[in-house]
Amino acid sequence: MAKFRDVAAFDDSASSGYTMLPWRFTSLDDERYVATNMAGEYLAMSREEIFDFASGRLPANDDLYTDLKSRHFLIDADTDVAVDLLALKVRTKLAPLANFTGLHIFVTTLRCEHSCPYCQVSRANDDKREFDMTEETAMRALDLVFASPSPAIKIEFQGGESLLNMPMIRFIVAEALRRNATAQRNLAFVIATNLAVLDEETLAFAREHGILMSTSLDGPADLHNRNRPRPGKNSHEKAIDGIKRARTALGHYNVGALMTTTAASLSRPREIIDEYIRLDFGGIFLRPLSPYGFAIKTKTYAAYDQRKWLNFYFEGLDYIIDLNLAGHEFIEHYAAMVLKKMLTPLQTSYVDLMSPAGIGIGAIVYNYDGTVYASDESRMLAEMGDTTFALGNVHDNNFAEIMLGEALLNPLEQSFAGSVPGCSWCAFEPWCGAEPVFHHATQGDFVGKKPLSSFCTRNMSVFRGLISRMEADPEVRRIFERWANIV
Amino acid sequence: MESGSPLLRLTTNRARPTPLRALEAFVYEGGEMPDGFGWYLLRSPDAMTRVPVGVPAAMLPAEFDHLADGDVVRLEPSRGGLRTLFRKAVPYNHFLLTERCNNYCLMCSQPPRAVEDGWIVDEILEALPLIDRQATEIGFTGGEPTLLGDRFIELVKAANSHLPATALHILSNGRTFAAGTLARDLGAVRHHDLMMGIPVYADLAHLHDHVVQANGAFDETIRGILALKAHGVRVEVRVVLQQQTIARLIPLAQFLARNLLFIDHVALMGLELTGFARANLEQIWIDPADYQAELAEAVGILDRAGLRTSIYNSQTCVLAPSIRRFARRSISDWKQEYMPDCTGCLAKNECGGFFSSAKIRYSRAISPITEYAT
Repeated sequence: MAKFRDVAAFDDSASSGYTMLPWRFTSLDDERYVATNMAGEYLAMSREEIFDFASGRLPANDDLYTDLKSRHFLIDADTDVAVDLLALKVRTKLAPLANFTGLHIFVTTLRCEHSCPYCQVSRANDDKREFDMTEETAMRALDLVFASPSPAIKIEFQGGESLLNMPMIRFIVAEALRRNATAQRNLAFVIATNLAVLDEETLAFAREHGILMSTSLDGPADLHNRNRPRPGKNSHEKAIDGIKRARTALGHYNVGALMTTTAASLSRPREIIDEYIRLDFGGIFLRPLSPYGFAIKTKTYAAYDQRKWLNFYFEGLDYIIDLNLAGHEFIEHYAAMVLKKMLTPLQTSYVDLMSPAGIGIGAIVYNYDGTVYASDESRMLAEMGDTTFALGNVHDNNFAEIMLGEALLNPLEQSFAGSVPGCSWCAFEPWCGAEPVFHHATQGDFVGKKPLSSFCTRNMSVFRGLISRMEADPEVRRIFERWANIV
Repeated sequence: MESGSPLLRLTTNRARPTPLRALEAFVYEGGEMPDGFGWYLLRSPDAMTRVPVGVPAAMLPAEFDHLADGDVVRLEPSRGGLRTLFRKAVPYNHFLLTERCNNYCLMCSQPPRAVEDGWIVDEILEALPLIDRQATEIGFTGGEPTLLGDRFIELVKAANSHLPATALHILSNGRTFAAGTLARDLGAVRHHDLMMGIPVYADLAHLHDHVVQANGAFDETIRGILALKAHGVRVEVRVVLQQQTIARLIPLAQFLARNLLFIDHVALMGLELTGFARANLEQIWIDPADYQAELAEAVGILDRAGLRTSIYNSQTCVLAPSIRRFARRSISDWKQEYMPDCTGCLAKNECGGFFSSAKIRYSRAISPITEYAT
């Protein structure tokens, strides 16, 4: 029999030195740093380890060396397939860009029977139809929808209260299905609704066409009703009744709920989460405070509010982690989307965490009057008098003018996190978003000064908080791995 | 019919249609002797007198009792020999395409030989049209099948054409695909149900290269997998659980989930103690009881990432309960054996059992499961 050689005969790493692949580091806490490679794989390291690696002195027999090699921070004489794999992973992260716009939001009406103070866009319920989308506008908007090359198209109906213009929803669904008979996209519909005016005909229609329902649930009854006033003061009761009826008609998983975080929410994360558990939801999205109020009006950095939100967020997250550790599977969706970026080769479609930004090319809004906005927040900004992100109008502009106009390309190009000051050297950049609308709204330019950006502050804290938690407890890491692969 | 060393399909059906009889060998097991078959194979010598005059006939030794209707054999009368190529009753038949290999794995169960064995390809090309078209799955192994180059592609094409309802599983180290052209040609066959089983033994190149005893193999294997997937060929990554692979099993699972999430299956396989595995036993052996923590974590990582994952060649009583649902009964029924320690075990029906070769060394944790956990 031929001789077998021992492992040293195959290990050239000790003699060759190593070549660093692109990597970045940012502090994690007082002692540790987070290092990331180009594709967003991370390692927590000490200051000394960072120093040794960066100075080329890390010995090949060090455990850290093998971890860095395995995660494609370095290549040596043994292997260079890491370059191929890293390139593949970067391409995979960016691949969804080529699909272009997948989420198309139709504002069927601005009318609403709620009068939520945090809403910038609704109009009190009345009989006037001046705030309703017309068939002509819908037809033009659908021209743009099907001009998008995306193989998957989701049409989401928003308002106001979208169901107050149910004839328009029926019209758009029928027309989209008709066009899709030849366009052959993976077509889905979502109705965003407060469920208060949900009737059986609507449910039957939704069931027939496989339409999902997405509603608002801000927490326990007193909080929800305070956030979301309507005649009768029964928004919560209506929402819960609607959730039950919609689940019965459409199926449990075809009804979703989103919460809006307000100042009144900040002291009550557990009660809000408990409300979602009580209603048998599999998770909750602890959403950031909307800046389209105080912050925009004052153009100031609302650090105080941001700190309170982070306390709210982490109290809620830790409560959810404890639920999972005790055996009840429940997801926090913001964490799950970040974890997907950290722990998998895949990308999320959450617009706020996209870079290049998701405005226009991830999601786009067709307002009731035909104005095309780059995002839902862009529409809110316009309602407050700033039309920077109005990309055109379905009646006046074609697909090329809207998608290739300066109003969209400028913010996309300028805000790309991979090249802007403060982001390009940040280890967290592979997980973060560009958010030109937020920075324009709060600082007056698409990039903004990141140290003054509450978007930056918040996400840095979330990234650090998630890493600290999974580094400290392997069981938390397993929970996080599961979340990362669910969303 | 070719005289000399004919390749024949067997039948026990004395009512075979006349046009087929000349192409087949009749296995005589008593009763009336039918006419017209190309060959007659007899279970007892006294039947020889009943064989039609002038037709070749042979006695089947007792070790060929298993031969049955639909099997395909090579008769070698000059040597008094018979080789079974295909058994209809077996759910998985495999064909060794060549004994040559460019790896030299520490635990190889089929040690390679540098021989000119191109005749094997001709034989399989001849056999494929005779195989039962209802067969569930066949396999190509080696050696390293891809060293055959264009002839490898020819064999895959033949399997695709002659067995249009049969899955094809091919064991390869993947290295030959790194250059891209063979992967392109294999993808172009568009086989209806093909899986390439390719071993990856570590996340670190030198550790993989050590197991396969070939410098540079890791990079070629990974590039080969990328090329295959780029050309639409399904790939199963196979990891043998042994002393050299356990230390990096968890990082390997993370590596697969992060870099090769698009692979179609991961098989984590217990050792088969034949060939080099027996010679290198002390170097490669690790008691499965001693790697359950690593195995459970690795399976969890792969499963959470959505990768279809199986454990092969394992025994229920040794496996951590959390991963028993990933175990498959991978050892063919007729090869499956149990140890004296297994007497009284209630879990034999779900347990993969042992290769007969396991007698020389098996886990100290083998013990009968005598009651089910509630």
